[in-house]
Amino acid sequence: MRLWLPPALLAVVLCGLSAAMPVLEPLFRWIQPDKQQVIYDRGSFLFLLQNHLLLVVISAAVGTFAAVAGGILATRPAGRDFLPLVSQVASIGQTFPPVAVLALAVPVLGFGEAPILFALILYGLLPILRNTLAGLEGINPAVREAATGMGMSPLQVLVRVELPLAGRIILAGIRTSVTINIATAAIGSTIGARTLGDPVIAGLVNGNTAYVLQGAILIGLLALTTDSLFEALERTWDRRFSPQGAMA
Amino acid sequence: MIELRNVTRRFGDTVAVDRVNLTIETGEVCVLVGSSGCGKSTTLRMINHLLPHSAGEILVDGEDTTAMNPQQLRLNMGYVIQGTGLFPHWTVARNIAMVPRLLKWPRQRIDARVDELMKLLDLDPATHAHKYPQQLSGGQAQRVGVARALAADPNILLMDEPFGAVDAITRENLQLEMLRIQRQVRKTTVFVTHDIDEALKLASRIAVMDQGRIIQHDTPENILRRPASDFVESLVGKQDRGLKLMSLRPVRDLMTPHGSPKPSRPGADVLREDDNLRLALSVMLWQDLPQVAVFNARGEETGVITRERIIQEGA
Repeated sequence: MRLWLPPALLAVVLCGLSAAMPVLEPLFRWIQPDKQQVIYDRGSFLFLLQNHLLLVVISAAVGTFAAVAGGILATRPAGRDFLPLVSQVASIGQTFPPVAVLALAVPVLGFGEAPILFALILYGLLPILRNTLAGLEGINPAVREAATGMGMSPLQVLVRVELPLAGRIILAGIRTSVTINIATAAIGSTIGARTLGDPVIAGLVNGNTAYVLQGAILIGLLALTTDSLFEALERTWDRRFSPQGAMA
Repeated sequence: MIELRNVTRRFGDTVAVDRVNLTIETGEVCVLVGSSGCGKSTTLRMINHLLPHSAGEILVDGEDTTAMNPQQLRLNMGYVIQGTGLFPHWTVARNIAMVPRLLKWPRQRIDARVDELMKLLDLDPATHAHKYPQQLSGGQAQRVGVARALAADPNILLMDEPFGAVDAITRENLQLEMLRIQRQVRKTTVFVTHDIDEALKLASRIAVMDQGRIIQHDTPENILRRPASDFVESLVGKQDRGLKLMSLRPVRDLMTPHGSPKPSRPGADVLREDDNLRLALSVMLWQDLPQVAVFNARGEETGVITRERIIQEGA
């Protein structure tokens, strides 16, 4: 149970701070003495947090599903021909800055949540895809040979052998993807999506460092919480599937 | 019974297996032997349809394998490979239980079977059942591999260089174990190796392969006495044949039995009836004895064997 304590504690701090930011008014007034308004009030932090999180969760869910499915298809006998293409796309796509994706998506999808969701899915897909390929390709061929040779159907080999063995690496890919996307989602505020990037953008526009800090602190905390949640998930996975820390 | 009729396998333009005809009788151990790339593994992998054959037909108990569901076919064939292929995320017990679980045996039957097999392969269930494969030594892991293959009591056992990656002493033990188990369970076995000594030791019949063809298919003794070609002759070792023939025959064949077994002195140097003549000769040479006493499995002295007789009739 001790495993889940850090993410739980961080989550409490995150929610508490989002709900009770005005309590810290004296601190922010000391940082930014020349402004009348030092606590961002064009939307509650809890709402922004919730919306930010929703964007990340939806994009992670869609991205994971698409990337794992793609990775599995590319490693099946029928999809082998696509493997080099898919792994190249996975590596090259990562060099594309998310802002560029946003700029290209806005004319097509308009302002608001849609283009940022699109960018997040596209961008978050790649680390997961890369890790799915690495995880599946990294399985000892003798293990696969034995599984097939002893009478498992292709689906049984995938579900009972390959995914449990590759799962740890896939999970690490999802962790990277989600952590990156928590930061990237904030950019959505520039095109009208409501995220924790709102106070940051507003602060930058008005020269209000206090606003910037409030947004940045909450985004940072959210990233830390999520990361420690994945840390706990990965450890739980290890206990379940690779008790000696052994990979195939 | 497994029958291969004119079986051919091509990879692109190269012919890996060329019109092979081979019949493996029920209960016999057929060893495919040859240098690497001769097509022996390919032949084995076509029997359980891991590789489809390009031409010819493969029959298992009279049924054409291409017409059968490959999963059903494989569930009735134990498969042991070099490097074991044990599932690293499963315990030893779960690994052995793989095929029974696929066949949806009831839980208690699986547990009992796993226990039975671990004992058969000389693995203590209490200490090893809950270990993971990476905690085992090479020899233990390979025993688990064999147990896993035997789990659902298949009629056929396919073994692809199973003892190729373990050290010489462990290999020797595993070979003896395999002979012992084979006496108990009598599986129709196809065994692939590049080691002619392993082949001579384990086989009822040996199929010598070269360049995708079977050069000779015969008993170990006939392979040694009447090699079909220069290739077979060099494979079995021209000069070494006398001793190899001796190692095929048990001491029982040439000993002079006592009228009734005598109780043995404790600590007597035990040469068993099942030991081979080569070993008997070696014992006599080392201890400089003209003859040596032979004991049965219960430790009673049942006869003597002389150096003279081995040299006259041994090979």
